[in-house]
Amino acid sequence: MTAADLAGNGAYGDDPDVHGKFGIFGGRYVPEALIPALDEVAATYEKAKNDAEFLREFDHLLRTYAGRPTTLTEVPRFSEQAGGARIILKREDLTHTGAHKINNVLGQALLTKRLGKKRVIAETGAGQHGVATATAAALLGLECVIYMGAVDCERQALNVARMKLLGATVVPVKNGSQTLKDAINEAFRDWVTNVDTTHYLFGTVAGPHPFPEIVRDFARIIGVEARRQMLELTGKLPDAVCAAVGGGSNAIGIFHAFIGDQDVKLHGYEAAGHGLESGEHALTLTAGSVGVLHGSRTYVLQDDEGQTIESHSISAGLDYPGVGPEHAWLKDSGRATYHGVTDDQAMAAFSLLARTEGIIPAIESSHALAGALELGRELGPEATILVNLSGRGDKDMGTAMKYFNL
Amino acid sequence: MTTLQTVFAKAKADNRAALVGYLPAGFPSKGGDVAAAAALVEAGCDVIEIGLPYSDPLMDGPTIQDAVHRSLTNGTRIADVMRTVEGVAATGAATLVMTYWNPIDKYGADRFARDLANAGGVGTITPDLTPEESEPWREASAAAGIDTVFLVAPSSTEPRIKAVVDCCTGFVYAASLMGVTGARETVNVAAEGLVKRTKAHTDLPVCVGLGVGTGAQAAEVAAYADGVIVGSAFIRRILDAPDEAAGRESIGVLARDMAKGVRR
Repeated sequence: MTAADLAGNGAYGDDPDVHGKFGIFGGRYVPEALIPALDEVAATYEKAKNDAEFLREFDHLLRTYAGRPTTLTEVPRFSEQAGGARIILKREDLTHTGAHKINNVLGQALLTKRLGKKRVIAETGAGQHGVATATAAALLGLECVIYMGAVDCERQALNVARMKLLGATVVPVKNGSQTLKDAINEAFRDWVTNVDTTHYLFGTVAGPHPFPEIVRDFARIIGVEARRQMLELTGKLPDAVCAAVGGGSNAIGIFHAFIGDQDVKLHGYEAAGHGLESGEHALTLTAGSVGVLHGSRTYVLQDDEGQTIESHSISAGLDYPGVGPEHAWLKDSGRATYHGVTDDQAMAAFSLLARTEGIIPAIESSHALAGALELGRELGPEATILVNLSGRGDKDMGTAMKYFNL
Repeated sequence: MTTLQTVFAKAKADNRAALVGYLPAGFPSKGGDVAAAAALVEAGCDVIEIGLPYSDPLMDGPTIQDAVHRSLTNGTRIADVMRTVEGVAATGAATLVMTYWNPIDKYGADRFARDLANAGGVGTITPDLTPEESEPWREASAAAGIDTVFLVAPSSTEPRIKAVVDCCTGFVYAASLMGVTGARETVNVAAEGLVKRTKAHTDLPVCVGLGVGTGAQAAEVAAYADGVIVGSAFIRRILDAPDEAAGRESIGVLARDMAKGVRR
């Protein structure tokens, strides 16, 4: 792991400015009480990312604990349904704890130690970030409290049990929609109260500066590896990179190393839930408008007076009415394109990958798989498509059992 | 119209602190909000903050969250907030709006400032708007002739306090503690130090909020601050009352106690 692997080298001009702005997006919209803590996190990270010892430690954990590098897997039987386009998966599902979330969490847990703090809090939707945080906290001896919407606690009961087993306290949040959005609000309330002793181990590329940058950098390893592996495997870069977008961490993780490769198209897939017209979706970038949510200016699902509209997705991990500001910037600059995938389309891709390749993907990742099927048909058999398989589907078996009447 | 400047000048002349009461618009009901605020004014509140109900109030504790949720469920819109401000301003109290940034941003900063001024509002308190992001709002407020109030916190460094007070025109809101809104057993000892540190950077009045719930606490804070801000304690009483009339009576009793407190 080098400093360039971690954070890029700024050559793409894609780092936020001193106020954490990506164009008009990002920044900080938080109570003043949190500003010193955010400054402290930013300063500590700036030092850490150029510190050989920190990079060595992070690299060591990624290799010996998280199981990196993850492999690429070519999926020819699945690809047959995509007009023959060559689909290749980046296997983040093979990491320890089963999702890309572990990368960011290990980086931020090391940062927590450097901050001299002994307690971490985190929010979680599907539970993967909660499990990953509880795992890293157990590994490094940190107290851990996880905020999770009460609705999500129910639909992701297995992950709640995993977090508890790992020694974390799980707090079900019963405000608002009782999902990820409300878990984030509650975690902020905890942080503003306990900021002296606590690091908010933010789970996605949203939130106030510097979280979008830090989480992106720690997730960036996905794209760095995949880019190198694609060149080794196919001798060229892919025509397109596909990833699911909720808050946007796995997508930024794989996109970022390709941003400078203008010939590589970047496609993000949001949850269209029951469809745009139904009003029950999480199409933040596709159907949202610019606003402020959870400390950052970005695209938000909101009404004409700025009240957040509740999102819907069959995937708890994508059920979020905001999105990371860098995605908002990539959308507006035209560098990435964002599409919607319905619950039904995602579940069809979920089932297809399981039956054709013996891989049960997370429902989040299934949105990207469904998108890749469509894109493959559009691009034709000559195309090579890299898909970030951001996590495995164990946690989603309850949902799958209900959906498919298994 | 009573301005913040006249309120604080008068309080200073009386050798006391000002009493600032907070209630969300649309709570306990549309129309009931003005009546509740009027009860606070009659009992001695000099300034009223009308909260703009927002779906994601990340700085608020359970009491205000509950009230705001009820208000939103009742269908409160920004037009209702403006009507509430108009009704409360008519009582003679200087009336502010306390709001998270996104509703103003979405409504349009210039339009919001103008509509608020036309409704008789004298300014805003914006708890999640930092000095770095505040310029559009300060410009819109200045053009409409309304004041801007921003928050300092116990964790604020000296340069941060300076940056925040430079953005304030009406008064400076000193958050007494690291935490969310809600009455506490005691007012944090950090508050007095924070007021002192803030006064080193500004001649504006400095008011203390977060955690003040009794007349005795109000008296304690009034000894070193120019204003005492009370919200959750009033809302708790309204939530606990069997009906709106009883709620008004109950907050009137508490506000009178607080008003005595700031005069001790």
